[in-house]
Amino acid sequence: MSGISKTAAGLLLSEIRAGLWLTLRYFFKPKATLNYPYEKNPLSPRFKGEHALRRYPNGEERCIACKLCEAICPAQAITIEAEPRDDGSRRTTRYDIDMTKCIYCGLCEEACPVDAIVEGPNFEFATETREELLYDKEKLLANGDRWEPELVKRLELDAPYR
Amino acid sequence: MNGLDAFLFNTDIGIIILTILKSLAVIVPLLIGVAYLTYAERKVLAAIQLRKGPNTVGPFGLWQPFADALKMLMKETIIPSGANRGLFVLAPMLTFGLAVAAWAVIPVNNHWAVANINVGILYIFAISSLGVYGIIIAGWASNSKYAFLGAMRSAAQMVSYEVSMGFVIVTVIMCVGSQNLNDIVLAQRHIWFAIPLFPIFVIFFISGLAETNRAPFDLAEGDTEIVAGFFVEYSAMSFALFFLGEYANMFLISATTTVLFLGGWLSPIPFAPFTGVPGVFWFILKILVCLFVFLWVRATLPRYRYDQIMALGWKVFLPISLAWLVITAGFLEIFGLLPHA
Repeated sequence: MSGISKTAAGLLLSEIRAGLWLTLRYFFKPKATLNYPYEKNPLSPRFKGEHALRRYPNGEERCIACKLCEAICPAQAITIEAEPRDDGSRRTTRYDIDMTKCIYCGLCEEACPVDAIVEGPNFEFATETREELLYDKEKLLANGDRWEPELVKRLELDAPYR
Repeated sequence: MNGLDAFLFNTDIGIIILTILKSLAVIVPLLIGVAYLTYAERKVLAAIQLRKGPNTVGPFGLWQPFADALKMLMKETIIPSGANRGLFVLAPMLTFGLAVAAWAVIPVNNHWAVANINVGILYIFAISSLGVYGIIIAGWASNSKYAFLGAMRSAAQMVSYEVSMGFVIVTVIMCVGSQNLNDIVLAQRHIWFAIPLFPIFVIFFISGLAETNRAPFDLAEGDTEIVAGFFVEYSAMSFALFFLGEYANMFLISATTTVLFLGGWLSPIPFAPFTGVPGVFWFILKILVCLFVFLWVRATLPRYRYDQIMALGWKVFLPISLAWLVITAGFLEIFGLLPHA
């Protein structure tokens, strides 16, 4: 642009007017905000949220204390202790996940040979104290019972891609 | 009733009481307006950025300003150990007080002003120039480098833009032949000064942005460069006073623009059903339009660089406003339009 027309454009504020016109149009556009607690985004069946320990339909817990999840956990958030149960089957006596360490990578879920430990769709498990985030076996099994219908649906939806 | 009238208008104490009542009638709506301007700013910025803005506290988030005020009141006012205590406390009060004081002469309707003085425009100009002291004192008393940098920037900026603002005001005064704000508005019965004096109307408004330290001239605060400029060290109510002062100044500049260029309380549509509407309504409406432009500009433009601000003020606005002053004077003289007071 030549010097004169550049000066004229500057004095007539042409670029500023163009900018103002653009922002004015945005002013009337529909808003992108999601009104969060009342509106939520759809979640993928692969979404990696809060952990849960699942059971078989007959109520027997799936986990066989193979400790693969403990071994693969990159954040070393999982602690497992195991010994044979009265009926001779090998079960965990302790299954703890430190949710403050967990990085939600989903490797525990991938490692599990019996689909016992899974990451569910729940991401709203904020607590008021840190201690409440140190999950034990009881809490994880309770999560499993609570989310089982959802978990089954997610596994079904994702099965074709596995 | 007659006794009360006589008391209010003829005795000294009566006049003082009357003036206090009039001031309250201006200040209370002004403060409510300032509170809701903060809300409006957040809503307008949000809308332009495709967000919703505050919508949780009360219907449409309308109680948000009060929630903010309550939060500010409950926080601790920290005075830094290196600060000059007296000046540190004085600065926000000065800023806010001056922003409110200037409203004394603004006519919100025909002859509705707390003080209808003959040099009203000079009074406003003087008071708004004093505003820079609040900022300099704050920057100096904080004893902090960012605060000091912010204060220096804003002092230079406000002084620079006052020069061209002064020339703009002189041009308007020349067209009216009076410095009384009431007369200035009445002189726009036939045509608002914004139309024949359009270029300097724009200059006045942009200078107003600079004068109130608003975006794109907000480098006195310059959040991304010097944190918050002159009020980094302020917290709680002292911070709130600065904040309110800034918004009250926006109201003041909008009101001044309305009086000087947009025909004050005069109806924009000069026939029957509209001329019957009270002037206060039109006055407030025009102020709101100006304020919207303030927010709109903030959402649109990035901050100027310091040297660009100085160049714009001294090398563009000053010559243009000066030239326009001379042109207007010549035009009025040649066509015999000079007002004779």
